[in-house]
Amino acid sequence: MNQQLDEHGRLRHLLTTEGLPRDLMTRILDTAESFSGVIGKSVKKVPLLRGRTIINLFFEPSTRTRTTFELAAQRLSADVLNIDVATSSASKGESLLDTLRNLEAMQCDAFVVRHGESGAAHFIARHVNPGVAVINAGDGRHAHPTQALLDVFTIRREKGAFEPLTVAIVGDILHSRVARSQIHALMALGAGEVRVIAPRTLLPSHIQRFGVRVYEDMDAGLDGVDVVIMLRLQRERMRGALLPSQGEFFRRYGLTEKRLERTKPDAIVMHPGPINRGVEIDSAVADGPRSVILQQVTNGIAVRMAVMSMVMGAGGETTAAAVQEEQLS
Amino acid sequence: MNRLAIQGGHLVDPASNRDGPADLFIADGTVVAVDTPPAGFTPDRRIDAAGCIVLPGLVDLSAHLREPGASRKGGIVSEARAAAAGGITTLVCPPCTTPVMDTPSVVELVHSRAHEAQAARVAPLGALTQGLEGEHLAEMAALRDAGCPAMADGGRPVSHTLVLRRALDYAATFSLPVVLTPEDPHLAAGGRVHEGETATRRGLPGQPAATETAELSRILALVEETGARVHFARISTGRGAELVAEARLRKLPVTADVAIHQLYFTDLDTVEYDTAAHVRPPFRTQTDRDALRRAVADGVISAVCSDHQPHDPDAKACPFADSEPGISGVETLLALTLRLVDDGLLPLTEAIRRLTHGPAGCLGLEAGTLAPGAPADLTVADPQAVWRVTAEEMLSRGRNTPFLGWELTGRAVTTVVGGQVVHPPRPPVSYHR
Repeated sequence: MNQQLDEHGRLRHLLTTEGLPRDLMTRILDTAESFSGVIGKSVKKVPLLRGRTIINLFFEPSTRTRTTFELAAQRLSADVLNIDVATSSASKGESLLDTLRNLEAMQCDAFVVRHGESGAAHFIARHVNPGVAVINAGDGRHAHPTQALLDVFTIRREKGAFEPLTVAIVGDILHSRVARSQIHALMALGAGEVRVIAPRTLLPSHIQRFGVRVYEDMDAGLDGVDVVIMLRLQRERMRGALLPSQGEFFRRYGLTEKRLERTKPDAIVMHPGPINRGVEIDSAVADGPRSVILQQVTNGIAVRMAVMSMVMGAGGETTAAAVQEEQLS
Repeated sequence: MNRLAIQGGHLVDPASNRDGPADLFIADGTVVAVDTPPAGFTPDRRIDAAGCIVLPGLVDLSAHLREPGASRKGGIVSEARAAAAGGITTLVCPPCTTPVMDTPSVVELVHSRAHEAQAARVAPLGALTQGLEGEHLAEMAALRDAGCPAMADGGRPVSHTLVLRRALDYAATFSLPVVLTPEDPHLAAGGRVHEGETATRRGLPGQPAATETAELSRILALVEETGARVHFARISTGRGAELVAEARLRKLPVTADVAIHQLYFTDLDTVEYDTAAHVRPPFRTQTDRDALRRAVADGVISAVCSDHQPHDPDAKACPFADSEPGISGVETLLALTLRLVDDGLLPLTEAIRRLTHGPAGCLGLEAGTLAPGAPADLTVADPQAVWRVTAEEMLSRGRNTPFLGWELTGRAVTTVVGGQVVHPPRPPVSYHR
């Protein structure tokens, strides 16, 4: 889907990690790396997007994602407007297109969009004025590219190169936009092997076509992996005959210290959050030494700063250079 | 008196085995002679069909006219005129109007509006159950007497098997064919595209092929026991076509149709979230599409229909899963079917049969042939006319079609219904003679 690249191959929108070229993805990660220095400083702001307006347009509730986008925008000195559509005009029957047109009339420069329907971010990107950027903050089951990018950023920081790594993604793959985006990102970055582990009811059809190995048995799937990514299991999955109970799911697919023994001794444990303790992950693991779950949250800010600066034309290596200058001055 | 001579054309009438040059003579709405005029026949009007094919008017087994109930999307007058321009002379419309076509008064309303249109005939299907709710039988005999040629589930399958069994028995009592949608409602629930790689990539809820095959099997089990005459509306899978073929081999009284667009698109066409390609049943795999094409060529599928579903722009200007399914199809049905001939799939006469005698036979309609004595419903088409599908030129109120921009060959030039030229519409002058 090249809708997200301009004619020069630069990032115009960020809608999905599928089809995102490896060098571009690496550039996002490098840029994020340079921003992560800013975050640690006492003055946490750079003026890259001063005078620009970013609208966080959330049609689904979210705390973590919206907050980190908001922080990222503020640290780039942009003006941020949070619009929680779940409680505003959409519930009054306004169409997505009308909502968009009204917000555009307020002269914004970028939309960060979360929506319950797959393809919503593509739809918005197709309909915005030229020059307005769209960042997908999660659409239906389709994609959550910034989450996947912060995950590979975290993996790169912890592990270095991707080639030797075996990564296992565990749980509700069927409904997970995060898993889809992670798989595409890991594949593009050349990860040695990506596994998905789930009961058949939570595996989407033809997932092998993404290039992953499918495991229905968790112990076998965790054997010798470097990275374990646990997915959140929504409580409503117990309805609709996907699973018999949370207890049975945890017994077969929950990550415990005992199960973690199957992995490499230095394996890291990740989770996009929010975690369900005792449903997909045991507290001892979530809070344990292998867990990098909170680092993921921190890294989310730098990665989102990188994406925002790049899609808003302050982009790429120039951004990194500008930041370094900023830091020196 | 109204006498019409259609001369110099190439007559293709599969029902009477005609495929060659022939003149056609019409009086009082009926074909009175082919080849040579009856003694003393002086036409009031001659139509020069040189270079054209002369066909029985097309019989379209599924056209949602959106009236009553959804006039933003379409209306009987606008859609019947669009259909006439597309060479269609009989539109069979499903009973899922608002209100539902479950009482004679709604049927009468449709008939009177269709009469006003002076275009394609409209044959409304009666609701199989009251309100299409799948619980109580509709007054089928009354609906038949009001002019419904068959009863239908209107795209809302009767999930209660005993109710369905009784509905089939009751319809059979009055020799009424029943049009059923082969879609298991539970497997279909929420599924917007075919369950497969594209659905997974795009994160769209999918529905498996078993949505169709499971329901076909359930219905076939009941047909076997009741002997009821059933027509399957909109087959979309290769395996579904096989089940129909097997049933027909066993001489079960079943027929089936396919929507023309199913012969052109696959699930890959939804990969860019193009809402114009959102249809129900969904586009399936290339294997399915090829199998459907073969089933049309073999005659397992006896009718190709437009599955006309006009929409207002808003219905498609939203994210894929929120958009409404359906394609505005009456104006492209003929050209797209002729294209199958160009593709080498089937001979011209068989292609025309799937649009005329085939669909008429599925519901026992008195249409689809130009044999002497038949109603003079016909289409004169220029098989060489090259044209482009554009929103501006469409007559239907709905311009929702994934064929926009396609260059097609073959177009209706003149359409006659009951001996009256309905397309192109006559200029509003009535002082002659």
